[in-house]
Amino acid sequence: MVSSDYGALKVHEVRLRVGALAGVAKDALLFCYDIATADTTLAGSKLVVNEVPVILYCSVCREEKELTDLQRFRCPVCDTPSGDIRQGRDLEIESILIDEYAST
Amino acid sequence: MNTRVLEIRKGVLNKNDELAATLRERFTAAGVIAFNLVSSPGTGKTAFLEKTLRAMREAGLRVAALVGDLETDNDARRLASSGAPVRQINTHRCCHLEAAMIAEHLEGWDLNELDYLFIENVGNLVCPSSYDLGEKLRIAMLSVTEGEDKPLKYPGMFNSADIAVITKMDLAEACDFDRAAAHANIEAVRPGMRIFEVSAKRGMGMAQWIDWLVQLRASADNQRSHLR
Repeated sequence: MVSSDYGALKVHEVRLRVGALAGVAKDALLFCYDIATADTTLAGSKLVVNEVPVILYCSVCREEKELTDLQRFRCPVCDTPSGDIRQGRDLEIESILIDEYAST
Repeated sequence: MNTRVLEIRKGVLNKNDELAATLRERFTAAGVIAFNLVSSPGTGKTAFLEKTLRAMREAGLRVAALVGDLETDNDARRLASSGAPVRQINTHRCCHLEAAMIAEHLEGWDLNELDYLFIENVGNLVCPSSYDLGEKLRIAMLSVTEGEDKPLKYPGMFNSADIAVITKMDLAEACDFDRAAAHANIEAVRPGMRIFEVSAKRGMGMAQWIDWLVQLRASADNQRSHLR
């Protein structure tokens, strides 16, 4: 368990980064979190889900662009198709908010 | 006592990704091309694979398969009739295959004796997209009976794939299958993806598919010899 690895006494909050292509439903995750964490060191902690959009690289604009339409993997500015995904599959624990012993 | 924010920056699926990377190295070292076949239940993954294995065996190619299902070994028995080495992975309650299951079920197989490995995933177009199995190519399949807009409904899966295969082409006319729309929808979510159209039952398109597999092997061998 990460929290004990870092010497946490209590975990208040877990921040998760979830990309639009990660295949994770935020509502389902929030719904099961309390049940899944009961009787663990995470019991009573809050799950914060940070949803991030898909970002693709447009070879014509030579820039990363945010995708707003998941049914259309094209540059939103110049409409060039792109398969170069730079962000969107993320499923990452960003940080945890913990209590720890004061260092002496 | 202090309260503080601790940066973690660790992927939830880190462990799977690490195992998959190890598998990919093993496949590459042994010269095995691994494929991960994904689709809805009922698209015809097993029928397609059965004909693929049979044709490849007849052509003298060294091929094996792992097949995932929640329960039963029906699919493994069907595929084994091709004569190729086949193992069933029963996931029980799990809706997708994971890299650890692949590693476990490869035990005892000499990868050096193989040129191709097909991994048939559990029928599901959502969760398997997040689990890397160490494959070289992911094949997303879609049958003409499912509707041309499937890629738009499951962009995460189709976008994660390298190859698309449209199955049951013998039923295309009966289903009023709009071929152009299906191709456009695949192109929309995964620009430039190669598309095969097949009927495993009638054999349509299977020769082109097998030819492509043979060429893939040849170009992989060329690359390997250049690297040496």
